[in-house]
Amino acid sequence: MKILVGVKRVLDYNVKARVKADKSGIELANVKMSMNPFDEIAVEEALRIKEAGNAEEVIVVSIGPSQSQETIRTGLAMGADRGILIETDDLLEPLAIAKLFKHVVEKESPGLVVLGKQAIDGDNNQTAQMLSALTGMAQATFASKVEFDGDHLNVTREVDAGLETIRVKSPAIVSTDLRLNEPRYAKLPNIMKAKKKPLEIIPVADTGVDVSVGLSVVEVNEPPEREAGVIVSSVAELVEKLRNEAKVI
Amino acid sequence: MSILILAEHEGGALRPATLNVVAAAKAIGGDITVLVAGHNAGDVATAAGQIDGVSKVLHCDDAAYEHELAENLSALVLSIAESYTHVMFAATAAGKNVMPRVAALLDVSAISDITDVVSDDTFIRPIYAGNAMATVKSTDKVKVIGVRTTSFEAGAESGGSAAIESLAAVAASDLVSFVGQELSKSDRPELTSADIVISGGRGMQSGDNFVMIDEIAAKLNAAVGASRAAVDAGFVPNEYQVGQTGKVVAPNLYIAVGISGAIQHLAGMKDSKVIVAINKDEEAPIFQVADYGLVADLFDALPELSKALDG
Repeated sequence: MKILVGVKRVLDYNVKARVKADKSGIELANVKMSMNPFDEIAVEEALRIKEAGNAEEVIVVSIGPSQSQETIRTGLAMGADRGILIETDDLLEPLAIAKLFKHVVEKESPGLVVLGKQAIDGDNNQTAQMLSALTGMAQATFASKVEFDGDHLNVTREVDAGLETIRVKSPAIVSTDLRLNEPRYAKLPNIMKAKKKPLEIIPVADTGVDVSVGLSVVEVNEPPEREAGVIVSSVAELVEKLRNEAKVI
Repeated sequence: MSILILAEHEGGALRPATLNVVAAAKAIGGDITVLVAGHNAGDVATAAGQIDGVSKVLHCDDAAYEHELAENLSALVLSIAESYTHVMFAATAAGKNVMPRVAALLDVSAISDITDVVSDDTFIRPIYAGNAMATVKSTDKVKVIGVRTTSFEAGAESGGSAAIESLAAVAASDLVSFVGQELSKSDRPELTSADIVISGGRGMQSGDNFVMIDEIAAKLNAAVGASRAAVDAGFVPNEYQVGQTGKVVAPNLYIAVGISGAIQHLAGMKDSKVIVAINKDEEAPIFQVADYGLVADLFDALPELSKALDG
């Protein structure tokens, strides 16, 4: 069985996002970019499934600019077998990403697709669900535990009130939540080895997929700032202010 | 404009999130239909019909909808979606699970987590953990929308008298089945709907020390939350997590204890009306968003606060 894993190159989570002066988006020139943290969890899970003998090959897929090759190489250094980049300089909406991913699914026929539950740039939390709907593969989102049982998977999911477990038939699409695992760091020899692993680059135009969508960003603004508050000197003063000034307790 | 809302419910009662979605739908304007899909959920349909502003309730009663399985719910919504200009969901774990499927099956974009309505086709949503707000415009013929519930004040639960019509079920998927659930037990109110939230961070040093937070929460009838750092350290389960990757809360009072104020945490609580920060590091970023800051060792401040609340 093959596993496809989606990885996205995003602004590093430790870097504060700054809105461009022309309000067209976020400043991404000369800032640190990394693999989306939920995607690191996805790569790790795929590798563990392979190491447990439940898969033969882990393929890392990214859809984005040429520099996304670095993100794919990170996945290969963690231990994935090969990479596919669908190259585009446009910032695509999740619907277009899901359609392109479907194109890869049709080509590779994976038994499992593992995606991060959301990318920390657009915060959409859509692609896995859309890919499931478009391919007809079973959906198990926000996974905190994945167990194989023949041609089925038992997936424990993080829901608002706790955890729930569903059973889905392979081939399935899993989206990762925080608790699923702790991703490994790539070791130096593996980083060197990753440079020699195959990475196929497919221009988006060659896929024949229509990536136009009916949603556009009009502008991007800074969020409203909170006004600075006051520092109180004691617990007594804090309680007094909460009771009599803010009137919230 | 005609708007369809998928109701959320559990244990025979509407979840409060549905009222927030109705509020967002009113901001768009138009006829509002609420879809109640469930098994033996007649009481929910009745309750939905009483929500102020709702003009029609569609009730689908079938075992396929007993659990909120995405395949089954999305197929049902899809069966009627094209009669509406907008299809709206709460941006809860359940809503997020279904909403993008409906959009993809309609071949339209999904609009996640809206926090404001500019017009019937233009919405505002946070990106980059709320460090930026994107204004997005949709030209799709059906707008499929997730609503950040904390951004829309819940409307009245009563005052409406919508007709209830029954809706035929759609064949259930054989790819997925519900196995079980393990819900966290708490005497405290639910995080996302509590008036007061008190959260602990890495500064709490251990899960055992959360009893100090619990004690204050009991006195304030507050929900207990935590930062991602506290969750990652294993102090408390993940469902306590407030932040970009956890729950987004906007209570009247948010008390952050031993939380430094990482970007991802601030994204989940900065819309709270009043924010209190207790931290011994006066340079902690949490103080920049706090209305009231107390620079103190939490192991001194929490027992003192607990005592002061008795007085």
